[in-house]
Amino acid sequence: MSEPIIQFARVNKWFGRFHVLKDIDLQVGRGERIVVCGPSGSGKSTLIRCINRLEEHQEGRIVVDGVELTEEVRSVERVRREVGMVFQQFNLFPHLRVLDNVALAPVCVLKLSREEAEARANQQLARVRIGDQAAKYPGQLSGGQQQRVAIARALCLQPKIMLFDEPTSALDPEMVKEVLDVMLELANQGMTMVVVTHEMGFARSVADRVLFMDSGRIVEENPPSEFFANPRNERTRDFLAKVLPR
Amino acid sequence: MLLALLLLAGAWLWSNTRANLAARQIHSGFHFLREPAGFAIGEGLVPYSPTDSYLWAFAAGIANTLRVAAVGIALATFLGIAVGVGRLSRNALVRWLCTAYVELLRNVPLIVQLFAWYMAATEILPEAANPLEFAPHVYLSKEGLQFPTPVWAMGWALALAGALIGILCAVGLYRWARARGERTGHRPRVFWAALSMALALPLLGWLSGGAPRALDVPELTTFNVSGGAGVTPEFLALLIGLATFTSAYIAEIVRSGILAVPHGQTEAAEALGLSRRQVLRLVVFPQALRVIVPPLTSQYLNLTKNSSLAVAIGYPDLVSIANTAINQNGQALECILLIMCVYLTINLLTALAMGFYNRRVTLVER
Amino acid sequence: MSAAAAGARGRPDTSRAPPTRARGPLPWLKANLFASAPNAVATLLLGAALVRVLPPVVRWLVTDAVYAPDYRACRALEYRAACWGFVTEKHRLILFGRYPYAEQWRPLAATLLVFVALLVTAHPRSWRRWLLPAWAVVLAAFLLLMGGGALGLSPVEAGLWGGLPLTVLLTLVGMSASIPIGLVLALGRRSRLPLFRAASSLYIEMIRGVPLITVLFVASFVFPLLLPQGLRLDVLARVALGITFFQAAYMAEVVRGGLQALPRGQYEAAASVGLTWWQTQRKVILPQALTLVIPSFVNSLLSTFMDTSLVTVVSMYDLTGALRLALGDPQWRHFFLEGYLFVAAVYFTCCLAMSRYSAWLEGRLGSWARRPGAVQA
Repeated sequence: MSEPIIQFARVNKWFGRFHVLKDIDLQVGRGERIVVCGPSGSGKSTLIRCINRLEEHQEGRIVVDGVELTEEVRSVERVRREVGMVFQQFNLFPHLRVLDNVALAPVCVLKLSREEAEARANQQLARVRIGDQAAKYPGQLSGGQQQRVAIARALCLQPKIMLFDEPTSALDPEMVKEVLDVMLELANQGMTMVVVTHEMGFARSVADRVLFMDSGRIVEENPPSEFFANPRNERTRDFLAKVLPR
Repeated sequence: MLLALLLLAGAWLWSNTRANLAARQIHSGFHFLREPAGFAIGEGLVPYSPTDSYLWAFAAGIANTLRVAAVGIALATFLGIAVGVGRLSRNALVRWLCTAYVELLRNVPLIVQLFAWYMAATEILPEAANPLEFAPHVYLSKEGLQFPTPVWAMGWALALAGALIGILCAVGLYRWARARGERTGHRPRVFWAALSMALALPLLGWLSGGAPRALDVPELTTFNVSGGAGVTPEFLALLIGLATFTSAYIAEIVRSGILAVPHGQTEAAEALGLSRRQVLRLVVFPQALRVIVPPLTSQYLNLTKNSSLAVAIGYPDLVSIANTAINQNGQALECILLIMCVYLTINLLTALAMGFYNRRVTLVER
Repeated sequence: MSAAAAGARGRPDTSRAPPTRARGPLPWLKANLFASAPNAVATLLLGAALVRVLPPVVRWLVTDAVYAPDYRACRALEYRAACWGFVTEKHRLILFGRYPYAEQWRPLAATLLVFVALLVTAHPRSWRRWLLPAWAVVLAAFLLLMGGGALGLSPVEAGLWGGLPLTVLLTLVGMSASIPIGLVLALGRRSRLPLFRAASSLYIEMIRGVPLITVLFVASFVFPLLLPQGLRLDVLARVALGITFFQAAYMAEVVRGGLQALPRGQYEAAASVGLTWWQTQRKVILPQALTLVIPSFVNSLLSTFMDTSLVTVVSMYDLTGALRLALGDPQWRHFFLEGYLFVAAVYFTCCLAMSRYSAWLEGRLGSWARRPGAVQA
């Protein structure tokens, strides 16, 4: 197998005195789909936010697409160009139209011309099936529509990795499906994805590996068939019992 | 029932007033405005002499109030933004200095600060015979600040007209660009065109007026500085006092505006790979501006109202002149009514402008 | 947090302490002062400027200054250092105005009484039913101490009151009298009767649109005209009335903010139990709204305290006015800077204390006030 695209080696992180990530070792290959689950406070969001340096680790090494993440600003910038992120609260820019939201990064970061950036943006918006809303403001869209725009915005830079931090947790139930469908399509097109979610159905059908985190450690790591059928660890069993519908 | 009580009280007060006025032989009514004022006004934009009417004196006062308020607002905004952003700087020394600035200026009453500035201007500055020279032909002394001005000529009038037209054209250009952008989804970049228009038209006006270059320059003579234009120490003291005091409040408004932008916005922008400067310029400031502008406007109004403290240091603003008028002719009711009307009008105009601006920039929601 | 939860479930807590490399003075310096090239340059420039400016200023203020009330020594300084002798000589005039010298223990006692009362009121634990009557007693005691004429205290007319006690008196009277008026105005503004709404709104907008000086002018020039002939109201009373009417408009807005912040559910719940409008206001709405606005109230107090300095314009000798009186002495006139620094320091201490208190209070009340249904009786 080729070199893994994300590597965590004995990574530790503290928030002040609170030890939030403990000795994390993780390898993610190209095109792999990883789902991270676990109780709240277990460090799952912190884990994926370390991948694009929205959080800084104090011990260990993180290497993303061959670039090691350090304090050096250039390394961070290079990594962020290859990693796209979708947030739980969408975080669309409310003062810009949808098209401008999506075209902002290609213009500012990739230094494309306005026409090229807008062409790309329209392409991505069509890909998430929301092309007709390009002239509207985020405040005029539903939650599900906003999240799809957020995905298009992240995709516009043509990243190699997509990170999803609980993308459907803030959505009304009837809008969860439209976002999951988009993520499914993305997965089928071969995108490397690391997803933090409580949607176990998605994990079962899409993931190559499912990770369970508790108290800052990766407690269990398995393909979904193994993970859901024979959870090896007691804590995993506890969690699944609470989360899976009976 | 309550209404009847209020009317009764009003009637009683009114009868008292009439009796008192008659006893002091003061005639009510506004016809005193046409009589000659009989007092001098130290400075101002409006040409005035003691034989002019009271009405003209009040007009001069209003002009003085607006003069100090306009310059004060510009200065305070500039200082306030700088200090407000400085309070959020990564550099601890800058942060500490800006915090000290804000806390010191906000916790001492404005009138105390004004008195201090005024006494400093009149006691510490050198005599007019020996002024400080800041720049060639710019002199600072007990008589104030004197600086060269261009001699008024046709060219300057044309330049001013050109500037006005140029700004209007630039604004028009921006509105056209925005409308175009909304129609076709593609918004043309007009920054350089607008800027060149705003600069070229006044230049054209100046050139076509014969390119006048004569300056009225202050010269140092044996006793004082003569020539040029000047501002009095009262104006300087009031300006600096008002501007620094208000800038402390503006700094706080700017700071809380920037902090009010949700952190998720910064994170999303950073996750896209935007640099810190791009994040601030494109994502944080536009959103912060919406939170900043309403309290900023009320600070501008406060500054205008606070300019009334000029009466304490002898700058002839509206309140100061009204005070002199009242002491001279006893028409207290009318003069005070006049003052209140002026300030309320300023308030109303600003509130209207604010409402207009607010409606335009409200974030569009469902 | 899951670490504690893990412990509760009997699982071992495997947390470690963070590495010491990340903490300590050196990393702090690096992050805060030298984070980037422009930052480092700014630090060096500012640091150099401070090093050049601070020592001479400290020498002028403290080290070389003259503290004894020795006029000749002060003149000999020729402005090379501060003359705190001016303050030593005149501090009683500045702090107490023209109050008779021998009786100045009375305004001192009165002011200290108010400060103690403020300290007691500051802690939320003392917000009980007896607080308001207690303040009424404090106010009465204050007026008694200042005015005299009973209990063996010689009478001192109000025209001689001045300095810090006058500032305190004007602030207190202005604030306390403006509260009921402000309440009425706020309720009036939200009333359904168009007459009350119009009258209240008109009053509030008019007063908020004009400077305080205008109101003081009204107090000093117009109030005498409104009174029947023969009745004269002291200038102190008139100014206090003016400040009250001015502050009432701002207080009305503060209360209105609180009333608006209350969720509609409170009104609906009261209505569903059958309370009349007046009962609803008294038992349900006002107690909660007033608690919500306590931090704004403290800010109002602070701004009133600062605004009282304006009464020097109508020739009253509060703290600022008394200073100008002291500076009228031709001998000490030149040391105005020391005088203003002294007065500014007094204002600064009081105001800083109040604004820090307001911030503390907001933090304290934050979780409590945000649950409007949970206010205690």
